[in-house]
Amino acid sequence: MHEMALCAAILEQLEEQARAQNFQYVKQLWLEIGSLSGVDTEALRFGFELACRGTLAEGARIHIEHTPGRGWCPHCQAEMPLNSLLEACPGCAGYGLEITAGKALRIKQLEVN
Amino acid sequence: MCSTCGCTGPAENRLIRLQRDILASNDAQAQNNRRWFSRQDILALNLLSSPGSGKTSLLTRTVEDLKNVLHISVIEGDQATARDAQRIRATGANAVQVNTGTGCHLDARQIRQALDQLRPPPASIVFIENVGNLVCPAAFDLGERFKVALLSVTEGEDKPLKYPALFQAADVLLINKIDLLPHVTFSPARCIDYALRVNPRITVLQLSAHSGEGMAAWYRWLRKNLPLAAP
Repeated sequence: MHEMALCAAILEQLEEQARAQNFQYVKQLWLEIGSLSGVDTEALRFGFELACRGTLAEGARIHIEHTPGRGWCPHCQAEMPLNSLLEACPGCAGYGLEITAGKALRIKQLEVN
Repeated sequence: MCSTCGCTGPAENRLIRLQRDILASNDAQAQNNRRWFSRQDILALNLLSSPGSGKTSLLTRTVEDLKNVLHISVIEGDQATARDAQRIRATGANAVQVNTGTGCHLDARQIRQALDQLRPPPASIVFIENVGNLVCPAAFDLGERFKVALLSVTEGEDKPLKYPALFQAADVLLINKIDLLPHVTFSPARCIDYALRVNPRITVLQLSAHSGEGMAAWYRWLRKNLPLAAP
């Protein structure tokens, strides 16, 4: 996917926060990556390590929380777990569930000094 | 306090709760672009496909056929070269080439910069031809009104199943090169069925930018979606 672009966007936010909140280094970083977001977390970890060399986040530990996918079936008026974008509703076998969770890509928390 | 220099010692680690979307800055710029398009009554379309599906040919044909009734300008995204922008300009339309280098998609900031050069007039159409790729461009909002996916009959009809994120994000699916259907095994019916599984709201049009078949329906769709009533 576009993991390097995501790493660049994360780094940009870290630099912005460092100016606003007056810190020099990022030691640890907690991310939320939805399991339906299409992001390969191994590629993200690898890309982040590369993107951060020589920056305020060099060597930072990265923690990734995977949020499970959930979908809403408009026909059954019910929400259910969703493991992929291709799953049908177990109730009515219909496709086209609305995704209600699992697409987020979020920076949750930083440990800095 | 340290005894060497009197400093207060190593800074303490502290936690900052952020809860911010990774792509927040792109999404904010995309919203700015969207407001700008809307104020100018411009219909902005983000065209997404694999390399070789016929994005540029679709655009050159569309510009040629509509240039007497509609002003169309084009933002061309490619990793390298200005070849596609040159093809568009040869039709008389304004085009700006954005080279993404190693980047696999266009982002909202590049669109803003391209618009500053392109200066599209009010009540016109801006096509954004994204980098040929069915994965990354789906994740980046550019501020467009609609995402238009293009798939040609020389590709696999199961692409909507293989790249569901893109077809789920798309508002329209154009099945291109239908003049070649007698020579390939592609089944439009199966392709449409797969696309509707992933996205029951997707509008599907079948056409050939080469022979012109089906293009009238595409032009009707464009006119229907202009912010101001078409002439």
